[in-house]
This record gives sequence, structure tokens and C-alpha cells, in this order.
Amino acid sequence: MHPYLLALIGGALIGLSAVLLMAFSGRIAGISGIVAGLLPPKPADDMAWRVAFIVGLLLVPVVLALFAGDDRIGAPTVGLSLLIAAGFLVGAGSALGNGCTSGHGICGLSRLSPRAAAAVATFMATAMITVFVVRHVL
Amino acid sequence: MREILAALLTGFIFGLGLCLSNMTNPAVVQGFLDIAGAWNPTLAFVMAGGVAVTFIGYRIVLPKGRPLWAPKFLLPAATAIDASLISGAAIFGIGWGLAGYCPGPAVVSLASGRAAVLIFVLFMLAGMILVRWMRVRLSATMPRTPIRERSA
Repeated sequence: MHPYLLALIGGALIGLSAVLLMAFSGRIAGISGIVAGLLPPKPADDMAWRVAFIVGLLLVPVVLALFAGDDRIGAPTVGLSLLIAAGFLVGAGSALGNGCTSGHGICGLSRLSPRAAAAVATFMATAMITVFVVRHVL
Repeated sequence: MREILAALLTGFIFGLGLCLSNMTNPAVVQGFLDIAGAWNPTLAFVMAGGVAVTFIGYRIVLPKGRPLWAPKFLLPAATAIDASLISGAAIFGIGWGLAGYCPGPAVVSLASGRAAVLIFVLFMLAGMILVRWMRVRLSATMPRTPIRERSA
């Protein structure tokens, strides 16, 4: 299947997940928020469903490897020092901005939230500038 | 128990969407962000599919007034476009561009057993803990986003 068609189908599945989580549990499918709620200080008092959602995420490559022969996980493109810096920035930034590509990008934009739109415009811009600087300037 | 089942199922569907759409391949994500290079539009299709389904689905689900297996819809109540939103999003974008991982794909990629991904995720958790710790310390100036309870 063409990768763009797979991307559209994959995106639709992400949307389906967000809609079902709202329909069943009344929650926003924002990964950074789901993960951060498990962390100190003051972890959320509803840890069970957060852990279950993460287990669901982690099962996918295992199931794909077993039944499709390919876990569809790509290799990192950068070395350890950049991964460490990037990981820290992604964690701190999503916590400070209350969301990431899923919470602001999928759920927030779908709710026509101006806050989410501002966040998406900002992180798209800084991500593109970062890639531009790393690949074409440095 | 039902909420745990719903979370397990929706987590799996979410992860399947990420894997099928190649978002668990950081080279593809960075290819989208590289507008001055060999631009790869894949991520735009993911966003289009995701927002289209969620936009329509939310319009069916939210007017029902309450979720099937929980008492209330828990929606973010914050509406202000403030400094922590914009600076947080800006910082997040820099990290996302540097490595091509945002939180969902990074967590899913843990299952491949690569030590480098584990290290990325550990530092991501450290960043989250630092901000949460700062929020507790400075709770007067940086309030947590309150959750609005919505019933019809």
C-alpha cells in the first residue's frame, strides 16, 4: 500500500482511538498528559487506566512483529547526546505547554481550541527551524 | 475495570495508527519537518486523517452529555494563550525536531528494545518530572491546567 494512504489510515486510527477514549471514559487522548500523570511529585489518583493505555501502546510492535513479521519501528537518526537533549526538551516542553502532538495536535485542533492551535503553530515552527538549522546551517 | 479495558483498547488502536503511518520512524518525521530539503509529507496525511475522524467523532460523542463508562467528560478548561503554553510548545518543538520523536512514538518504540530509545524516554520523563516539581514549588504563578467537567 502507498505510504501516504497508510498514513491517512493510521491517522484515522489515531482519531478513532481519541473518539473511543472520549466516548467510553470521557478523556482526552494526549500521550504526554497520560504519561505525566504517572510521575512524581503528586501522581494522579487514576493511575490504572494510564498504565493500561501505555501497555496498549507497547503491545503494538510486539503484535506486529508476531503476526506481520515487521514491528514497523525505525532506528533513531541521531546519536546519544542529541537523544538525551531532545528527550529532556520534549518532556519539559510538553509538560510546560500541557500537551504534545496528540493532545494539542489531534484532540485540541478537533475541538477547535485556539490554545491548541497556538501550541501546534508554535511547535511546528520551532521543530522546522530546528531541523533547518541542524541540516542546512550547521 | 471497564475504564481499564477501554484504555488498553484505545492505547492499542492509537499505537497501531502510529506504526502503520510510519510515525514510529524518526527519519520520516524529520523528513516532514525538513521543508528546505527532500520534504516528506507523510505526517500531514496522519494529521489530516486524525483530525478529520476526531472532529466528526467528538461532534457525535460530546453532545451525548456523558461518557458510556465514566461519570463525566474531562475536558481541558484552560483557554488562555499564555507564556507557559507558548514557551512549552516552543521547547517541545525543538526537542521534536532534534530527534524526530514526540511522546507517543517514543513510548511505542520502547517495545523494539533499543537502548537509545529507552534513554530518550528516561530523559523525557526527567523533563516532565522537573516541570511538575517546579509547578508544585511555584503553584501560585504557574497553575496546573484545571479540568473542566462537562455535562451536556
